[in-house]
Amino acid sequence: MPPVRAEILARRDEIVAGLAAIVGEEHVIVTEDERRAYEADALSAYRAVPLAVVLPGTTEEVAAVVRYLSEGGVKIIARGAGTSLSGGALPSPDAVVVGLARMNRILSVDYENRIARVEAGVTNINITNTVAHRGFFYAPDPSSQLACTIAGNIAMNSGGAHCLKYGVTTNNVLGIRMVTIDGTIVDIGGDHLDAASYDLLGLIVGSEGQFGIVTEATVRILRAAEGARPMLMGFDSAEAAGACVAAIIASGIIPVAIEYMDRPAIKVCEAFAHAGYPLDVEALLIIEVEGSEAEIEDLIGRITSIASGFAPSTTRVSKSEAESAAIWKGRKSAFGAMGRISDYMCMDGVIPTSRLPDVLKRVGEICASYGLAVANIFHAGDGNLHPLILFNANDPKELAKAEEAGADVLKLCVEVGGCLTGEHGVGIEKRDLMGFQFSAVDLGLQMRIKSVFDPQWLLNPAKVFPLDGRPPLADAA
Amino acid sequence: MNVTLLPKDENEIAAAVANAAAQRLPLAIMGGGTRAGLGRPVAAKATLSTRALTGITLYEPAELVLSARAGTPLEEIETLLAAKSQRLAFEPMDHRPLLGEGGEPTIGGVVAANVSGPRRIQAGAARDSLIGIRAVTGEGEIVKSGGRVMKNVTGYDLVKFLAGSYGTLAVLTEVSFKLIPSPETETTLVLTGLDDVAAVAALSAALGSPFSVTGAAHRPAFGREPARSFIRLDGFATSVADRAKRLATDLTDYGKAEQLAGRASVSLWQTIRDVALLGTAPKVPIWRISTRPSLAPALVETVRRAFEARVLYDWGGGLVWIAGGEGRDAGAAIIRGALGGNGHATLIRASEEVRSAVEIFQPLAPPLLELTRKLKRIFDPAGILNPGRVYAGL
Ligand SMILES: Cc1cc2nc3c(=O)[nH]c(=O)nc-3n(C[C@H](O)[C@H](O)[C@H](O)COP(=O)(O)OP(=O)(O)OC[C@H]3O[C@@H](n4cnc5c(N)ncnc54)[C@H](O)[C@@H]3O)c2cc1C
Repeated sequence: MPPVRAEILARRDEIVAGLAAIVGEEHVIVTEDERRAYEADALSAYRAVPLAVVLPGTTEEVAAVVRYLSEGGVKIIARGAGTSLSGGALPSPDAVVVGLARMNRILSVDYENRIARVEAGVTNINITNTVAHRGFFYAPDPSSQLACTIAGNIAMNSGGAHCLKYGVTTNNVLGIRMVTIDGTIVDIGGDHLDAASYDLLGLIVGSEGQFGIVTEATVRILRAAEGARPMLMGFDSAEAAGACVAAIIASGIIPVAIEYMDRPAIKVCEAFAHAGYPLDVEALLIIEVEGSEAEIEDLIGRITSIASGFAPSTTRVSKSEAESAAIWKGRKSAFGAMGRISDYMCMDGVIPTSRLPDVLKRVGEICASYGLAVANIFHAGDGNLHPLILFNANDPKELAKAEEAGADVLKLCVEVGGCLTGEHGVGIEKRDLMGFQFSAVDLGLQMRIKSVFDPQWLLNPAKVFPLDGRPPLADAA
Repeated sequence: MNVTLLPKDENEIAAAVANAAAQRLPLAIMGGGTRAGLGRPVAAKATLSTRALTGITLYEPAELVLSARAGTPLEEIETLLAAKSQRLAFEPMDHRPLLGEGGEPTIGGVVAANVSGPRRIQAGAARDSLIGIRAVTGEGEIVKSGGRVMKNVTGYDLVKFLAGSYGTLAVLTEVSFKLIPSPETETTLVLTGLDDVAAVAALSAALGSPFSVTGAAHRPAFGREPARSFIRLDGFATSVADRAKRLATDLTDYGKAEQLAGRASVSLWQTIRDVALLGTAPKVPIWRISTRPSLAPALVETVRRAFEARVLYDWGGGLVWIAGGEGRDAGAAIIRGALGGNGHATLIRASEEVRSAVEIFQPLAPPLLELTRKLKRIFDPAGILNPGRVYAGL
């Protein structure tokens, strides 16, 4: 982490008072005990208790808070629900956390134009829950959707199991309201499609809280298909499962989801969700198709026939809503279920799908070489791997080994033509690996863009870019 | 004298741009030149064309991914994909019929102008299919963003930012896309005689149905031609037939839907994509407006009170094409006034004189213009890449 600014720590009381004057005392979190709730996100190996936490209730309050803090040269960490797996919301002792928790209203829903306007602290699932009675949904569905916020989704450009067909956050957000570092409120995009020219919205989505604080968003809502049905297929090898995925896609079918689990993951998820996953296979695919009843049957028939060429040892199509729910529960709670048996580091590399079997084998070898076990649960249709590297967090040596193994896995992803992160973001976790994917010139350009939005590097500054090679900062105004 | 540089590889582009930057020599950046008339006129003595930078560098049908150098003709890509029953999801429009330019559209040009078509409403714009770029900045630096995999959030998304930047930030050298399978068949439901308000309501109902509509357009009545509204469905044959029947039933309030199947449907959507259905005379100004669909009919009515206009709605009403616009500003004040803050209006076609005088692209709010100006300076400090093509002084 960059050095802690002692002069900021010394001004703590004054800063807290300044914030209280803007949002009211009751919305500033001051005591160490309460601040500790914000010391980490879901990458819990990294912790730092922030200077203070402020919970504004309106965009105007966010603007006043940001202006106040930036004028005082105080670092600002925006926070949604704190479910980031890359340390994106990790604070530092000299930073103030600006939490969106109170800004969680759905402002309007417009079914005719298929859009919803929300405050950015709303949870992802809440949008779908609000529009579901009319048969609509908000498409990107991170497994963390019960907790994570649209603000966090926008910052990370989050994806989910159903993104194979419907795209990720950036494909489903039409507009945002954002507070820039000088406290200006700007509207980018709107409720129409595409930018007039420069796609500022596209640049801001995925910028990991480094460009401004997003306070509202307009998102697309889509009419759900009439029905959807998952099927399970078990295979004796990763090769067979991988080849089956490729054959399905090459045949012209894009299922709404193709999820992959390996043997260790199946065992843990089955014990948790009782979804009826086969326990005697090396690889399990959950494939979901949707449409009318006739269409679903047709697609399942086509997929079953393609898959038969790869000799699945089990094929089971869900027969009821309850069974479908159990199948998805197992997948969506996979990380949580794994967390009950072991600490883990969740990787997020992406590879060309044709390299699946080969890369999975090498991931196993890498982890074994550090004496660690690994479980794989991921989005197979798009090659987004999530190796869970199991370790004991109470043993600092194991943590270091898990981190090294993780770095090797991600380097492997880049080496085979993929990337470091498909949906969790760079955060603190992959910051120092950026040089493996990008040249100094690439990183230089990105950092100059950061400086345009945030000349003093006060917004979530410790993230994304290696600490070495950063540009000199503009003088505080 | 206007010289044209035709570099053959990325390094040559980088050298040419670095050289121009050192001399502060503005460059017009061009692909096939089929969209040269789009945007503000660029004052440059030299043109850098990517036409010689060609070739498909990667095509993996089983992974639904393709990469090509920027100057690769779009047609070459579409032909290769068609042979494997795949396609670009965003159905890029061909501007030649409208703008009257010759030449061959290149894939780099498609990206630089974020060119999409009717399927945008369901499958996203060019920027949504684009997964990776390589480019040369205004300083002659070679940079990349994204890659050739389906998902990628590593670093800032310059892929999106460069799509639609009209060669003013960087010269694209290579682009990668995710693809979709071509549907087995398609069909179009046609409703006749609806006024604009009813038509947009019908299209909204179709797009809000569970039947996966991939095109929703409306051409109001003109001359002796009655108004027609078009709704496209595609996919496997049995499914398309079933959905078409059920959607037609759901839409009975809007009249009896006829069906255009197969090739007739395909050519219809080509005329919508390329705006030929607007049926305009050559010199009339053409506007392209993106807005909230339910606002579009009132916007059109306001415009029509001011001047005669032919109109085509696409994207369920969210995209409005207007042919018409009088005076020295080609109707800009009226159209943008009627639009208010609810979207953007781009002047796609007008005489060079009008294009020099009017804001072609929707003016940006002052803080966003300022931000854009600063970003332009980061990419192109010497201001040599297509200066002024999008906004004056930028
Ligand atoms: C069990 C589990 C499963 C998960 N599954 C998925 C998955 O399937 N797909 C996926 O993509 N991710 C997944 N994640 C990761 C995580 O949920 C996402 O990154 C999510 O978008 C984070 O949202 P959040 O509200 O928790 O944001 P936080 O963790 O609070 O913050 C994330 C980032 O957003 C920034 N930020 C927050 N609010 C704002 C704001 N208002 N303005 C600007 N920046 C802001 C923060 O500074 C930080 O950099 C999972 C996480 C867990 C714990």
